[in-house]
This record gives sequence, structure tokens and C-alpha cells, in this order.
Amino acid sequence: MVLGTFKGGIHPPVKKELAKDKPIERLEIPDTVYVYMVNHAGAPAKVVVEKDQEVKTGQVIGEPGGFISAFVHSPVTGRVMDIKKMYHPIAGRPVDTVVIQKTAEDDWELLEGHGDYQNMDKKQLLDLIKRAGIVGMGGAMFPTHVKLNPPPEKKIDILIINGAECEPYLTIDYRTMLERAEDLLKGIKIMEKILDVEKVYVGVEDNKPGAIKHLREVFSSENVQIVPLRTKYPQGSEKHLIYAITGRKVPRGGLPMDVGVVVQNVGTVVAIKEAVVDGKPLVERGLTVTGEAVENPGNFIVRIGTPAKFVLDHVGLKDNVERVLFGGPMMGIALRDINIPVMKGTSGITALPAEITRTAVEMPCIRCASCVSVCPMGLQPYLLVKLVQKKRHDDAAKIGLMDCIECGSCAYSCPSKIDHVRYIKLGKTVYKALRGAKK
Amino acid sequence: MTKLKVANAPHIGTKDNVRVIMIDVLIGLIPAVVVATIVFGIKALFLSILGAIAGEILDALIVGTLAKDKKQLWNGSGAVTGLLLALNVGLGTPWWVLVIGIIFALAVAKHPFGGLGQNIFNPALSGRAFLLVSFPMYMTGKVYLKPDAVTSATPLTFLADHGHNISKLIEAWGGRGKLYLDLFLGNVGGTLGETSTLALLIGFTYLVIRKRIKIMIPVSYISTTFLFALIGWLIKPSLGDPLFHILSGGLMLGALFMATDMVTSPMTPLGQMIFGIGAGSLTYIIRIFGSYPEGVSFSILIMNGLVPLIDLYAKPRIFGEVNE
Repeated sequence: MVLGTFKGGIHPPVKKELAKDKPIERLEIPDTVYVYMVNHAGAPAKVVVEKDQEVKTGQVIGEPGGFISAFVHSPVTGRVMDIKKMYHPIAGRPVDTVVIQKTAEDDWELLEGHGDYQNMDKKQLLDLIKRAGIVGMGGAMFPTHVKLNPPPEKKIDILIINGAECEPYLTIDYRTMLERAEDLLKGIKIMEKILDVEKVYVGVEDNKPGAIKHLREVFSSENVQIVPLRTKYPQGSEKHLIYAITGRKVPRGGLPMDVGVVVQNVGTVVAIKEAVVDGKPLVERGLTVTGEAVENPGNFIVRIGTPAKFVLDHVGLKDNVERVLFGGPMMGIALRDINIPVMKGTSGITALPAEITRTAVEMPCIRCASCVSVCPMGLQPYLLVKLVQKKRHDDAAKIGLMDCIECGSCAYSCPSKIDHVRYIKLGKTVYKALRGAKK
Repeated sequence: MTKLKVANAPHIGTKDNVRVIMIDVLIGLIPAVVVATIVFGIKALFLSILGAIAGEILDALIVGTLAKDKKQLWNGSGAVTGLLLALNVGLGTPWWVLVIGIIFALAVAKHPFGGLGQNIFNPALSGRAFLLVSFPMYMTGKVYLKPDAVTSATPLTFLADHGHNISKLIEAWGGRGKLYLDLFLGNVGGTLGETSTLALLIGFTYLVIRKRIKIMIPVSYISTTFLFALIGWLIKPSLGDPLFHILSGGLMLGALFMATDMVTSPMTPLGQMIFGIGAGSLTYIIRIFGSYPEGVSFSILIMNGLVPLIDLYAKPRIFGEVNE
């Protein structure tokens, strides 16, 4: 059978064996949680609680600050100790953070109007998802209620569930597919009601045969097709997943909805089910804690706002740790401080020793062309780097600066250890600023 | 708790580096050195080793004294240039001529452009071209005198000297089959590294397995010369058949090891194909119409100069780009 895939890409060591056979465990709740008001893409949320206020688990502590924004809820039952600015690793600057001390066991404030999704209409379902503060849990943290509600002129006919999990080391999506297939199915049905699609696919890389087999059994009577995909990074990139499964290509600068597709990560689908059926806002998530610098890798359900250190203390951090990442080694963010709290988009915490990590002593480009041949977007990373270095941002944009998905395949395969992604990210920021200034 | 390192994603990467690639190219040339030693004797081995060592030392001297960027020290590219140039000279070449060629390659063709990765023209071929005009008697292999050799000339110089009539060469060699077998194994005159197609193919296979080759270049190069020779042969059989043309002269060394130099070749498969077609056709045209018996070096150098232009037009297709 010919497996769906795309042009380019790389085969980094997958290292899933570290955690793939560890069932998801519920981690205990820390005494203090730190909840960012930036737990989503878009405008920061506005704090709606005050210092010393008592809050319940699931109570709203932040309201959306714009159209693309999301609710934020208290992950514990306790008291607001402080509202202060804390450094945010993705934003790269301090953002409003609500510090809550746990004072009691969970006393849930469930979402109003949750229950049997079959009796709800699209509007009610979207409202529940919005009030639950659900965002894309694969890492992008785009507000789900916005993604599920495209403008009426964009007819959506295909829903794709992203179970590719192409990022090395991470196994939480795999465990979720194995352990929570029923919840996944309910989440899919809720989205089918919202989007009125003709076809639902679940894309899974073929290095997870257990998940493929299990989902096929559980979903046997349903109109949901499980599609095995060739194991290749970045197979889980939205555009490449869509192409591998449907043959449709999202146009340059476009979104999946432009080709009639909505993609949702496995974790997000389960969160949708928990919100709509069980009334639980997004206050916890599954993540993989892994890496060669971790004593006992595993998969855990962790409250949002739990400091990384609390999670790492549980699994045991080895002395040889060189860097700790939110996410996996290809796209993860290196933490400068181990106390940085888990966010809604934190799919894993990966701790790596120096012998595993890429050493970046940059040599001159020797034009080996590996960056060009691995780029899944058909770009010329070497040239983008040169143009950004020479501050020719307009020229860089013409040859696809803004098309880069920052997957890191180029930098991974570069024998000269050039940090393509760093230059491209920088170039994007400068280009956007310059374009904004011109207008 | 030790201090955490903050670095950019990706946090993992290939174990390859520039030095590993250069060492691979050196390994890929070992079979050619071995055959050269068998066919031409111990001096071939001496010149090869001298070329590699002198190349690396001279490169390091230039980087160490003149370059701002000292990270380039001892990256192996100087050794590759030196060895390739050694394989491009005839057996009669004095050692100091080889060293002069290497100095030209590195001090004129490579480092003034910015050093590693920045040169437009293949340094070894530039060195060869320099020696060809400065010391022509050593460069074509005409001084190659093996006691039992049928001819002191290479097959291509013989052909050029005899009005491009291949039947005279076959006659002098003692039969078509013997000529082709000798060309394939390397039992003919020529520069040190170019004679044995077999040895070059063995080394090349290693580089292909190690993914060090822009594979489209040799494929398009050799097929283009083959195609041109086929047309020439159909028009005028005495010009030599296509098989003769791809087996003889420096074509294999050029197409497999010189045209594929990463620094001086295009970045996309389409560009690499254009590059190979250009070099392949020029090679045949120079052989038949030019005043030099062999055209590989000049063809590749000409195409080197066109690489920036080729890269400009032979761009990859961006994912999601709409046909216009």
C-alpha cells in the first residue's frame, strides 16, 4: 500500500521508545500554580479576579481580550496570591500571570449548559467550546472556537484529526489514541455536528501500528477513516497532513479552510469532549515528560500552570541535563528557567543532555543543497538566511520567507550547523515590522 | 541545578559536518589513487599524497594568517583540492609544479572569493587550467611513457592528432575490445586519476551511498556527452562512438568528482540538470571542434561561472504555489 506523504522532510531518531509504553498517569496538583494570561494565540486575556480572591477549579480568571483570544480558568481550588508579570517563553517577554495557591481539594465549577451534545445545536456547542477556553493543543494554541467557525463562504467538507505526532520523543498523542479512543470519537461527533463535514480522517504515522489498530477497532462502525502515513518529519504539519491525506494543497499564505479542511489535534478533540459532555474547562492536559536526561520518562495529565520543575521533580532530572524544552527537540522551546509553568500548548517536556543536542558552531555554507532538498515547503533556506543577513527582507519575502513553517528540517540536516530557523524567524519579525511601518 | 542552556530549535541535528564530508570525498578518491599507482607506478602515489597534504597545509596557512574566520582551519577542503589536482596532472609532472598549481587553486581561485563555500570556480580545475597554460607538457599525459605502452599519447590526443579518425586508434591499439577494456580498467595514458572508469565508479558509489553527491549532475552530464557523441557518430562514424567518448579522457573524473563539487554547482535538481547538460555538451564540442583534445575542465569551469544565473532561475516550487 502506498502511504500518504509529501516531498522533502527528514528522518530524525524518533526516540518514542522512552515513553511510548507508559500509560498516562494523573500527576498530583502542586501547591501553587502560575497561569499565564497568554495561554493562546492572539490577544492576551484580561484578568477578572483580584488578589486574595477565593477561586474554584474551572472558575474563569481571564476573559478574551479580542476576537482571537480565549478564556482562562483556575486550574485549582484556592486563593489568588498574586497577579504579576512573569516571563513567557513563547512571547519572549513578561505577561500577566495569576498565581493561585491551592487551599483545598478540587471543587469544580462546571460549564453551564454542558451535557448531551446530541440535543445541542451548532451555536450552543461553539459557545461551550469557547467558554471552556479550548485552544489547539498541538502547540500553536490557536483558539478552537474560531477555527471551528470559519466564515460562511468557506465550505468545510473534511475534518482531519492530527494523530501524526511526528515530533521525536513525544508520545502523548499516541497514548491518548490508545487509552481514550471513546472520548476521541465523542469529540469527533461534536465537531461533525458543528462543521457538517462529509468525511473524517485520522492521520497516524505508520510507526504507531498499535494506535492504528486500536482506533480501527473502536471506530469500526463509524464514518471515520484511519489513515496510516509514512513516518517522516514534519508529517504532522497541518499543510502536509492535509496534502498527504486528501491531495489538496493549501495555497501560499492560505489556511486549511481555503481548501475546505479543518485539522484538530488529538488532545484538542478530547478536550472538546470533556468540555461539552463533562462541563470541564481546559485546566489540565496530557503531556509527555521525556528525554535522555530524565530518570523515569512517562505520560502525565498535568494542571495548566504547574511549574516545569514540579513535573521534572516527579520523574527525576539527571545531573547531565543541558537544556529543558517545552515540546520536542525539533520545534520545542528551550526554557531559561525551570520554574516556567505548563501551558495549554505544552505537549511535552523534554530534557536533553549535551551529547544529544546540536552543537551550533556555525561554519560557512558549502552549498551541499541538503536544506533545499529537505524543505517540505519547497523553499531555499540557505538563500533566505543570506538575504536576511543582508537585510534584504523584501527579496526574502518574494522567495517565501513567510511560507516557512519553522519545522527545522534545514537546520537539522545542515553540515555547516547553520541556524536557518533563527535567521528566518528574525527575518519574519523584521519583515512584518517593516511592512507595518510602510502602511 | 546547573544552568540551563537556551538555544534555538531544532535542538538535535545530523552528525555530519564539513570535515566528515571532505573526508568522505577523499575516501571516494582512494580507488582512483590505487589504480593510478598500479598503472603508473609509485610516483603516482607520491604525487597524490603530496597533493592532499600540501593542499591542506597551504589552506590552513592561508586561513591561519589571512582569514578572519579561524573556524575553517583544518576542514579538509584543502586536501580535497590538492588531491583532485594531483589526479589531474600527468605522471611526468615534477612535484613543484603540482605545488604551484595548488597555490594557484587556493590563493587565487578560492580564498580571494571568501574561502570555504564562497569560490565561484572549482579550485582544483582552476589550478589545472593554470598549469595547462603554464606547463602544457605535463598536463595532457603526453609525456606518459610506459615501456610496453602502445602509444605515448592518450586516446584523445591520439585522436586529435589523427584527424579524429577513431579507426586509426583502434588499429594502433590492437582492436576495439581491447581499447574499451583498457579504457574501463584504466590501462591507458592520461592524467593520474582520470584513466580508470572502474575505480572512479567504485569511489563514486561510496559517495552516493553516503549521500554526498548531487546525483543529477553526473547523470545529466554523462548522458548529454553520450547523446552528442551518438549524434556525431551517426553523422560521421570516425568521430568515435558514444561509449568511447564517455570512457575516455577526463570525462568520468570530471563528471563524477569535479562537476559535483558542492560549492561550485547549482542547488536544485533542475539547476543541476541544466549544469550537467551544459557541461556535457561543451565537453563534446571542445573535443571535436576545439584546439584542445580534451574539454572536460573548461566545460565545467564555464558552467561554474553560470551557477549563480542557473540558481536564480532553477528555483524549487514553493508548496501551494498556484500556476500562473
